[in-house]
Amino acid sequence: MAKKKMLLMKGNEALAEAAIQAGCRFYAGYPITPQNEIPEYLSKRMPEAKGVFIQAESEIASINMVYGASAAGVRAMTSSSGPGISLKQETISFLAGAELPAVIINIQRGGPGLGNITASQADYFQAVKGGGHGDYKCIVFSPFNVQEMWDLTMRAFDKADAYRMPVIILGDGVVGQMMEPFHPTKYVRPGLPEKDWILDGCRGREPRVIRTLFVGSGELEKQNILLQKKYVLIRKKEVMFDAYDIEDAELVVVAFGIAARIALSAVKELRRKGKKVGLFRPVTLFPFPEKQIADIADRKKRFIVVEMNAGQMVEDVRLAVNGKADVLFYGRPGGAVFNPEELYRKIKAAYPRVAGTAG
Amino acid sequence: MKKVFSRPKSLKPTPFRYCPGCGHSLVHRIIAEAVDQLKIRTRVIGIAPVGCAVFAYDYFNFDMLEAAHGRPPAAATALKRVMPEKIIFSYQGDGDLAAIGTSEIIHAANRGENLSVFFINNANYGMTGGQMAPTTIHGQRTTTTPSGRDAKTSGYPLRVSELLATIEGVSFVERVSVDSYKNLMRAKRAVTTAFLNQIDCKGFSFVEILSPCPTNWGMTPQKALQWLREALIPVYPLGIIKGKKCN
Ligand code: SF4
Repeated sequence: MAKKKMLLMKGNEALAEAAIQAGCRFYAGYPITPQNEIPEYLSKRMPEAKGVFIQAESEIASINMVYGASAAGVRAMTSSSGPGISLKQETISFLAGAELPAVIINIQRGGPGLGNITASQADYFQAVKGGGHGDYKCIVFSPFNVQEMWDLTMRAFDKADAYRMPVIILGDGVVGQMMEPFHPTKYVRPGLPEKDWILDGCRGREPRVIRTLFVGSGELEKQNILLQKKYVLIRKKEVMFDAYDIEDAELVVVAFGIAARIALSAVKELRRKGKKVGLFRPVTLFPFPEKQIADIADRKKRFIVVEMNAGQMVEDVRLAVNGKADVLFYGRPGGAVFNPEELYRKIKAAYPRVAGTAG
Repeated sequence: MKKVFSRPKSLKPTPFRYCPGCGHSLVHRIIAEAVDQLKIRTRVIGIAPVGCAVFAYDYFNFDMLEAAHGRPPAAATALKRVMPEKIIFSYQGDGDLAAIGTSEIIHAANRGENLSVFFINNANYGMTGGQMAPTTIHGQRTTTTPSGRDAKTSGYPLRVSELLATIEGVSFVERVSVDSYKNLMRAKRAVTTAFLNQIDCKGFSFVEILSPCPTNWGMTPQKALQWLREALIPVYPLGIIKGKKCN
């Protein structure tokens, strides 16, 4: 077998290059750590690809530029970290309401407030549960290595266009800053509906309007029902997850992103010691793999959710498990990264004392 | 018989639902006429603000985008950059442009974006019921300055045109009014200049339009025009502040 071509890049740079390869031709952003490699890389790369790069005056302007570029039918992206993503929320809600595709990158840092720049997973709620106003959802991807920073970025653009909605990549500082070899999968454009809604001047057609205001009687509810139908379809079709050694496991660790990566080494170590431990990793946080987790719960396993926050995804795991099994939690809130030994100890302590009695 | 007056192609047959005597209808009309005369209707994309004129998209007969409050210049920047051959304008009120959107307008101007911006100054927040705007004049009563705007607690009327004229990236700034036929024709010439500048890639053009809001000023349409002339124009003098007119 021919050896796969590998590249060595920082996660943030891999993400930026993947965006270019996926046809992103508009980027606007504002400096904030730990994601500056993305605008820096694109300030050089975007003009080469004949796209538009703008360092905007604010996070708010950046996302509104993305809104404008998307209305013109161009694949558009912005990136930031927690505080900046908070500022963008209004227009993320507008993108959802106007059904405009966009890709929004959050390379998380510790919060609340300015917090600090160490890795954190405390923006799960913000990304998954809305963040902005109104009943809307974003597809949320959680990459856990540089390979996924590449692959999921490409996928994000396709899904944004397919469903005409904002898609968030919820990354973290560790994977963003880390250099790691990965295979630069070639971008293959899937079949996507023609963008017959864009604003490019009404030559030879009726004028179009892109809006989020629906004041006519019943209009807004109709628009909301349309959005909700889209989310039902996404829940059915777009769930992604990874499972390691789940089959015979007595204890299932559930973790996403960087926490899953650290948990995986702890899980492997416990397996070596003969403990039946597995790892379940949601790759899409919305849609959440609730059915898959419910199935595991049916088999009377015990769960431990591990997150670098005070307990956010654990709520979705508990909803999916719906009381059918024990769900324990271990987390370190914003500003601390746990190490494999620490997780090893915590997971081991959660292991059922008598095998087969979990649940 | 010669037809001397008809609806511009750039206006839909929808009747205006603005209040009687409101300046928005007049401004919509002169923009539509300018677009028709320059034969750019199929190249134009307008951006509606948040405020009374959010409904601009119901009236203009060309592509329209609605943007978040104050953000039209950012959205316009992107539209123009990705489609340089299209003609992009934003239509914004004083709350949208001079309060919540000051950052976006200043930086779009400072980048010298090749855009046309139409700024409707009626010295209050119309849609939300007549609260104080940054452009509300000294002593003007609004629902949030019931005894008249007092500089000590609510600051001074903001002269956005003069402010923007100091920015290097700006090529044209004019303040006009729609209080008389003569001024309306001047306003139309300013709007046309702003479009022509964009067609000729001259960069950022800004037209401030003093416009009556009889409803929230608590006046008859006639009285409102008089107040505009006697009270507003002295604070916001008319004329070209930067650049040259094209025709
Ligand atoms: S409230 Fe004022 S600005 Fe709004 S439509 Fe009525 S008159 Fe016009």
